[in-house]
Amino acid sequence: MKKIEAIIKPYKLDNVKDALSNLKIYGMTVSDVKGFGQQKGHTELYRGAEYQVGFVPKIKLEIVVADDKVESVVETIISVAKTGKVGDGKIFVLPVEETIRIRTREKGDVAV
Amino acid sequence: MKNVLVFFSVLLLGFSLPVLGLEGKVDGKEIPAINYALDTVWVILAAVLVFFMQAGFAMVESGFTRSKNAVNIMMKNMMDLSIGTISFWAIGFAIMFGNGSGLFGFSGFFVDASKVDSYASLGWSSVPVMAAFIFQAVFAATAATIVSGAVAERIKFSSYMMISALITIIVYPVSGHWGWGGGWLSELGFTDFAGSTIVHAVGGFASLAAVIVLGARTGKFSRDGKSRPIPGHNIPLATLGVFILWMGWYGFNPGSTMGADAGAIGHIAVTTTLSAASASLAAFFITYLLYKRADVGMTLNGALAGLVGITAGCADTTPAGALIIGIICGLVVVFSVIFFDRIKIDDPVGAISVHGVCGVVGTILLGFFHSSNGVFYAEGNAGWSFLLVQIIGVAAVVFWAFCSTFILIKLINSIMGVRVSEEDELNGLDYSEHGASAYPDFSKSSFGSTF
Repeated sequence: MKKIEAIIKPYKLDNVKDALSNLKIYGMTVSDVKGFGQQKGHTELYRGAEYQVGFVPKIKLEIVVADDKVESVVETIISVAKTGKVGDGKIFVLPVEETIRIRTREKGDVAV
Repeated sequence: MKNVLVFFSVLLLGFSLPVLGLEGKVDGKEIPAINYALDTVWVILAAVLVFFMQAGFAMVESGFTRSKNAVNIMMKNMMDLSIGTISFWAIGFAIMFGNGSGLFGFSGFFVDASKVDSYASLGWSSVPVMAAFIFQAVFAATAATIVSGAVAERIKFSSYMMISALITIIVYPVSGHWGWGGGWLSELGFTDFAGSTIVHAVGGFASLAAVIVLGARTGKFSRDGKSRPIPGHNIPLATLGVFILWMGWYGFNPGSTMGADAGAIGHIAVTTTLSAASASLAAFFITYLLYKRADVGMTLNGALAGLVGITAGCADTTPAGALIIGIICGLVVVFSVIFFDRIKIDDPVGAISVHGVCGVVGTILLGFFHSSNGVFYAEGNAGWSFLLVQIIGVAAVVFWAFCSTFILIKLINSIMGVRVSEEDELNGLDYSEHGASAYPDFSKSSFGSTF
């Protein structure tokens, strides 16, 4: 099992969710995050004074999938979330030791 | 000593009023100073209430749209008020109420208070020109600000300011002249007491023209034709807006007597209240029947629909008539919102349905419910001819408002474009148009229909 963490542009969330459900991936956890990589943030104006907003709003998607699905999920996310401009985000793949479904106590790939 | 000075100043002012040419006159005949003073105070108070409706519109529009565009909505509302009032002062008021032809006025630009004769169409009201102007100016600002809700979240700010100015300079005053400025509709006997058609339908159908040219928000209608809800970010704010608008309507309707007419203003406040209440109930129940759950957004719009609908007839319907008009408007607005969504017209706040459609419906219903001239009350065929006049008036004003705005916005589109780029729209107009954030220290959640 692997956990796929994707940091994407907020308005791409719906597209990614739809694309993943086409792959029969129905479960995910989504959170509101702020961050920056090469995208340096932007300048905002407040009452006549400019200030630098370093952190840019992003969405973090966390999905746990069986090993054989990792490649297709990563490819799908990239194809949908990509705009070609700086700030598209990153994907991290991490190993997962165990997955347990709380309701039924199922473990392993069945629980994912 | 100070009290004595004040007393004598007031006395002197009272005696000098006739000398200064500031006595109250209704249709040329003088009225007692006390009536003149009361009329003026009432009109100013009513104008302040209608002014406050700008806050109501701002809150409703912001509550029903996304937080990433909140600064933009605030700016649009601030600017359409500022531009609108000045445009109306310079030009609009003269076109609307000035002396001229049956089509538009052409006297009294820049509101010259000393030239009472420039605005003969207002001679039936005793109040000074300045008071009449400020009252009418906030009405014009209301018509202009209706448009800001319909075009929200994708219009270019500079284009919006232009369209606002043009609405208060040309669109609103010309049809206003027809109905209230002594023009051809008033000659026909068209009755629109506080402006269901002259103000609200003008705003609503100008909005429709604008929205057709502008197009829907990105992502609103999916490629396979489905409409995706884009939830507003703050229902409490939207509700606050509706309450403020309702309160402002107590200036809008009763104030249109433009005088402290004791018999009328209480009656008008009652008809206004009953229509708003019954309309919101009607919207509540119909959405409950349709969706198994009453919809708060539709219920809020329902109250506004009732207010818009009764605006034409608030002085001339019975309380029971007002109740029925409210119920009809509350039902109509729900189906109208659904209809426009189905024909792919994206109206984020329902402005076209609330102001356009219900403005028309309310004015036509007055053809039935007018307690002396309406179909249900008048003798013989007089009611039907009155209804016909109402229909003619509504059709003419709506046609004018829609076509003139359509042409103007097409013109602006070809010169400077009216829509922001897709990227700017997706990032939020707050950032792209204003370089600001409405909620810099909140963590904004944007799940659900995320755009």
